[in-house]
Amino acid sequence: MTSPQGVRAQGVGASLLRKEDARFLHGRGRYVADITLPGMLEVAFLRSPVAHARLLGMTKPEGAAERVFTFADLDGVGHIRAVSGLPGFRISEQPVLATDKLRHVGEAIAACVAPSRACAEDLVAACVLDYEELPVVSDMLSAGLPGTALVHEHWSQNAFLETTRQDDLSELDAIAAAKVTRRLRTSRQCMAPLEGRGVLVEWDPRLEQLIVTTSTQMPHVSRTGLAEILGLDEGQVRVIAPDVGGGFGYKGILLPEEVVCAHLAIRLGRPVRWIEDRLEHLTANANCREHHYIVTAWADAGGRLLGAEVDATVDAGAYSSYPFGACLEAAQIGSIFPGPYTLPKFSFRTVSACTNKPPILPYRGVARTGVCYALETTMDALARKLGISATAIRLANLVPPEAMPYRNLVGKVFDSGDYPEALRRAMASVDLAGIRARQAAGECVGFGLAVFCEQGAHGTSVYAGWGVPIVPGFEQATARFSPDGVLEIRTGVHSHGQGMETTLAQVAHEVLGVETARVRVVHGDTALTPYSTGTWGSRGAVMAGGAVAEACRLLGERALAIGAALLQAEPGAVELSGGAIRRRDGGAAVTLAEIARTWYRQPQNLARDVDKGGLEVIAGYRPDPDTGTHSYACHAVTLRVDRDTGEVAIEDYLVVEDGGTLLNPMIVDGQVLGGVAQGIGTALYEEMPFDAAGQPLAGSLADYLLPGATEVPDIRLDHMETPSPWTRFGQKGIGESGAIGPPAAIVNAINDALHRFGAEVLDLPATPARVLAALEAAR
Amino acid sequence: MKPAAFTYARPADWPEALALLGGGARAQAGGQSLGPMMNLRLAQPGAVADLRHLPGFAGVTVTGATCRIGAGTTHAAIEDGAVPGLLGRILAGVARRIAYRAVRNRGTIGGSFSHADPAADWVAVLPVFMGEAIAFGPAGERRIPLDGFLRGLFETALAPDELLRAIELPLLPAGTRWGHWKFCRKPGEFSKATACVLAVPGAPVRAVLAALDTPPLVIADAGALLLAAPEAEAARIVAGLGPLEPWRAALARTALQRAGLAAREDA
Ligand SMILES: Cc1cc2nc3c(=O)[nH]c(=O)nc-3n(C[C@H](O)[C@H](O)[C@H](O)COP(=O)(O)OP(=O)(O)OC[C@H]3O[C@@H](n4cnc5c(N)ncnc54)[C@H](O)[C@@H]3O)c2cc1C
Repeated sequence: MTSPQGVRAQGVGASLLRKEDARFLHGRGRYVADITLPGMLEVAFLRSPVAHARLLGMTKPEGAAERVFTFADLDGVGHIRAVSGLPGFRISEQPVLATDKLRHVGEAIAACVAPSRACAEDLVAACVLDYEELPVVSDMLSAGLPGTALVHEHWSQNAFLETTRQDDLSELDAIAAAKVTRRLRTSRQCMAPLEGRGVLVEWDPRLEQLIVTTSTQMPHVSRTGLAEILGLDEGQVRVIAPDVGGGFGYKGILLPEEVVCAHLAIRLGRPVRWIEDRLEHLTANANCREHHYIVTAWADAGGRLLGAEVDATVDAGAYSSYPFGACLEAAQIGSIFPGPYTLPKFSFRTVSACTNKPPILPYRGVARTGVCYALETTMDALARKLGISATAIRLANLVPPEAMPYRNLVGKVFDSGDYPEALRRAMASVDLAGIRARQAAGECVGFGLAVFCEQGAHGTSVYAGWGVPIVPGFEQATARFSPDGVLEIRTGVHSHGQGMETTLAQVAHEVLGVETARVRVVHGDTALTPYSTGTWGSRGAVMAGGAVAEACRLLGERALAIGAALLQAEPGAVELSGGAIRRRDGGAAVTLAEIARTWYRQPQNLARDVDKGGLEVIAGYRPDPDTGTHSYACHAVTLRVDRDTGEVAIEDYLVVEDGGTLLNPMIVDGQVLGGVAQGIGTALYEEMPFDAAGQPLAGSLADYLLPGATEVPDIRLDHMETPSPWTRFGQKGIGESGAIGPPAAIVNAINDALHRFGAEVLDLPATPARVLAALEAAR
Repeated sequence: MKPAAFTYARPADWPEALALLGGGARAQAGGQSLGPMMNLRLAQPGAVADLRHLPGFAGVTVTGATCRIGAGTTHAAIEDGAVPGLLGRILAGVARRIAYRAVRNRGTIGGSFSHADPAADWVAVLPVFMGEAIAFGPAGERRIPLDGFLRGLFETALAPDELLRAIELPLLPAGTRWGHWKFCRKPGEFSKATACVLAVPGAPVRAVLAALDTPPLVIADAGALLLAAPEAEAARIVAGLGPLEPWRAALARTALQRAGLAAREDA
């Protein structure tokens, strides 16, 4: 992996500064809201003020018939249907504007267009709604009880799906040394990227094509979804994702607002734009997480797990969103719950409850953050009951390195790694004896751990079984030289914080030796890039990285043949190194730039039998097996709890992480740090409460607390680098990892501090109110 | 989140400002509370009178033992030492912890006090001083004691046709001790419990307990909070507030105790 000069200056493994930062740091990024077009109209949506009602009618403001649109006005537009192939799945039809029923606060009812957003909001304010309220289903745990109002009236029950697995656990009570049961809850959150959603749509009459500029992390999937719902050929839809200010899963969803804007752009013959504001973001759209668990686990005296039983409910909200569907969280709980451990027996029941809340959408970590919380707090509860350490119980159960690759009892295959070593390394750099001494002296400090692994870049074989609208196949990339020798990489994934304009250039450099400054990574435009399901599931580095490497390898072969001819050598007598084709005997060399120049501008110098494909290659890549990589980590937290205020102060946060071969360690650090910051939000701050009437109670960032610079401590990072045996460079998906461990590690530390006072926190986030309530209950 | 249409006026003098107010305009100082309310359309004034160019709106003057702080003085100016002496040190300490600098650059002490958000910092602190608010209305200036200015949640003693022109505070003698504690989890979050304790030599110790979703409670004789063990006194005061959620009551007790402790240790 070293370049000919023997330095990792630019290739795989180099901490190269990010190429894209020049434009971001100088304020030259271009987001949807930065783009305006002549004649553009702005859209504001009339949204449901209530959680559940029969929509009886809507009176448009006088004279505004052609500026206010309801579903009845949208000829030929279909509903959003995100089905699942899992047996028993109940299908929801999400109208892009409400038809006869209102199913959550914030559901769009009408689109109002005007030359400015303020005027569009005036129109919204002048609309008069007529509705009849229905009983609200606001609690996921009672949503399925008989007699409850139905969110979708043709269903038999308020649940998208129930999944189960039943092992025989009947013996365990008799043989176990310890059994614990915990009831745990995670809050409903909002992903809160800096940039919310936004879309600008224009109809190009010449091309008969919609040009949809939208803040998405998966432009090709948006295109497919839009074309289907609008009844257009996919060729009539071009999706452009310009700079995107953070995605985290929220930008992986086709929103009703995008469909409506696209239709209106065609109908009105003018560009139409909608920019989500923070109120819409928080209260109507960007909802995620919200799990409830009842976990029972059994262990022997040495801490070895004998079995576990999980009853999990996820509040999936009112609709199944496109493309991931309503069961992405709950249905995965069963397969993720065994975690990094060798669990011998396991039963579960999961319910994707349907309620009068906005649809649950994917958020960095997806189901894993909740699962890790449930599993790792249960592990600590078991350890406390057995009187053994949190380290000991984990070491007794972690999959050992000699078992790799390891297939666990639900069929997940872990590719490589030394899980126990991550824990040992963490413990070696934590002063646990010091913490115990402070506790003995009466200080309310605590130490907590979370160990977990993260499946990433899982492919066809995993998703085919789910029957969702999106099944990733071979990831493709185009590599081509332009006449001046600049290498252009075209990829269908999107980079919105991951630094892929840099890492993919590093991969290209690794293979072809072209200076990264002369590699241009093109992404975010369906007209310019090969199809891809996009950036999600921690798949960019593995899938796009592999595809770019393969395309570059093939391009190198083409260049080598041309170069050999120019050098009047047999192909076997030359090699590609340092960005040139060189004679192996140390003689003459011809640079890739010269070869490009020859192909495009001096074709008279090419050999007669030259490959007519030239210097442009599209290649596909998929790891084999494609069950995904597993990065893993140990998070170790030391914190103080103020028993008078319930406040938590993190003193030390350590992450030992193994992401396999790191394409760019600095960028990986950034990914982990950002993820941990979000995980701290999940653990301590973020919560979108709803009242019994289904009203969201945090309408601004004054109420929905996000951790900021003053709330995130310095985080210590330590990397292990165990290559994945299945990927091109040994790299593993690591994009979500940082956000998975913090709630578990932090609450374990809080409970380590509190248990001497008989108190235990069970619900997230661990706010001062919850910590004080736990202490109060123990009095 | 765009405001409904409104007209904007920039009165050049106080009578013109009053005239605009009489015509139904809403006063605007720093706009840091009014702006968000208008953007959310919680407030939809047809007209806004921007007070920031009125003569004497901002600025601090000291006459004898009294410090007069123009209503339009920004939190940032106070943070940066616009008020002299011991009083200035105390007020700067309060100002520094309001939101973040961008908000402090625009938000004003008078705007905050007039807005009367029960969780706001000046609302929680100003009533502890034996000072006065200077109101200006059609009949001229009127003085309102600071501990009688706040009448309820978002409600003050100002008449609809009056503006707050200044806050007058007595300068503090050497030996004055001060304690202030507020609970908020991050900068910019409104407090969930605030207390301050002021011990001026030769005068009864005063305290304020605030940010409990009720108007601030002024404790005119708070000497017991300066004792080595203020827990009982703090509990007594909080118990008198009426029903509070247990965690909020715990925070309120802690606020009083810690403000008391800080004042006790204030050299
Ligand atoms: C993000 C953010 C965080 C914040 N955090 C805090 C915080 O931690 N602590 C805190 O205390 N505050 C906080 N604030 C509020 C801030 O301090 C405001 O400055 C203050 O509440 C209002 O002052 P203003 O000058 O901006 O008043 P404006 O917003 O202009 O006016 C507020 C109200 O008072 C009226 N008014 C203004 N001036 C006068 C006057 N002279 N006479 C009569 N009526 C008048 C207006 O008509 C309006 O009703 C925060 C604000 C923001 C935006």
